[in-house]
Amino acid sequence: MTAPPDIEPPIGLLAELTHRCPLHCPYCSNPVELDRRSVELSTEDWKRVFTEAFELGVLQVHLSGGEPTARKDIAEIVGHCADVGLYTNLITAAVGVRDGVLDELADAGLDHVQISFEGVEDEAADRIAGLKGAHAAKRKLAERVIALDLPLTVNAVIHRANIDLVEDMVRAALAMGAKRVEVAHTQYYGWALRNREALMPRLDQVEAALATVQRLRDELKGQIVIDAVVPDYYARLPKPCVGGWGRRSLNVTPSGRVLPCHAAESIPGLVFDNVRERPLAEIWLQGQAFNAFRGTDWMPDLCRSCERRDLDFGGCRCQAMAIAGDASETDPACAKSPLHQRLLDMATEASSSAEIDYDYRRFL
Amino acid sequence: MTGVPDDAVPKLPRGVKLREDKARGGWTLMAPERIIKLDPIAHEILKTVDGERNVAAVVDDLSARFNAPRDQIDRDVKAMLASLAEKRFLDL
Repeated sequence: MTAPPDIEPPIGLLAELTHRCPLHCPYCSNPVELDRRSVELSTEDWKRVFTEAFELGVLQVHLSGGEPTARKDIAEIVGHCADVGLYTNLITAAVGVRDGVLDELADAGLDHVQISFEGVEDEAADRIAGLKGAHAAKRKLAERVIALDLPLTVNAVIHRANIDLVEDMVRAALAMGAKRVEVAHTQYYGWALRNREALMPRLDQVEAALATVQRLRDELKGQIVIDAVVPDYYARLPKPCVGGWGRRSLNVTPSGRVLPCHAAESIPGLVFDNVRERPLAEIWLQGQAFNAFRGTDWMPDLCRSCERRDLDFGGCRCQAMAIAGDASETDPACAKSPLHQRLLDMATEASSSAEIDYDYRRFL
Repeated sequence: MTGVPDDAVPKLPRGVKLREDKARGGWTLMAPERIIKLDPIAHEILKTVDGERNVAAVVDDLSARFNAPRDQIDRDVKAMLASLAEKRFLDL
């Protein structure tokens, strides 16, 4: 298959360096089938991937996981990225991070740190993460980030158990010294889909949280930037998922598979090339998975004729897969989708379910 | 945001940097999970931000080099610096 001639180079690369993580968050964005340590790419493999990424046009790399600092070569990887000219962003759970690692990363040229937070109080936050002591460890690492003069983003993952704490979480982020906070409403793929009944907030809670964000944005302007999106199940317009399929970013899994988005493996029929077997540029330009939903030819008429098709690029293929059972259908988050009402009904039903235990993330 | 004072010393904080974008051409300001494509004027302004010169000196430099009315440069520079500071991409 040859690539269409108008493919732009990607801007960002999400590197899932490992799926290992000390936490068990029930909404983990990793796939349900996790890669084991034995299949992880080597240090040299990753370095080659980052060199190829820069040559392809990538500007920023997001070093994620699992927990990226679980890899002993994390400083070597950061140093290599900085050497080739990539902007490096560490996305960390901030738990089980060996003392001194952050200092090593700062010396190696790390540009930015993002730490996920589950709440504002130790006990409640630790219950969500499935590990005692997790919240205290996060607070401690956040302090070190600020002490090293690195910019800090707090990623506040929002769901039923903490949605009423949005204001507290934003104010806690500000108090920590974060310049930016992401109010990240849980999206229901993978582990979160398994836990949808336990995690889904009510519509009125989501509306209140969005209003809170708006109020805090005005109040805290110039002090902290607040990014937030409407969660799919309660949206009217679909999100421009990953900035459009195969348009701006790509994802490399711990074992080297290259995906257009982190949940793409939930779509059957896609072929994911591996960096062990093919150069990254070739995968980006010619890979079957990347060309499957590029442009507008794949779209149903409803999307192809829509005036927003170049704004949201048809929304999220994985959400179409999860709800419509067909990845080339209209994203059900869109109010024009025939399944939109069903999505809202699913949310309403899930949000009214009784308190149930999490099915915590684990290696199956 | 209210006016940027003449004696403020603008500085790019750690994690914000000017970078040439060789793949697409032009220059960008790289910031945490943001990439801002710079037009030639924005690039010229940011090149003068070195953490030492104050705003008045930056404006003097640009209006001399580009032979442009000082009050217009003053307005443009302050608007841009204020906008970046609001996003936390610039220390003032």
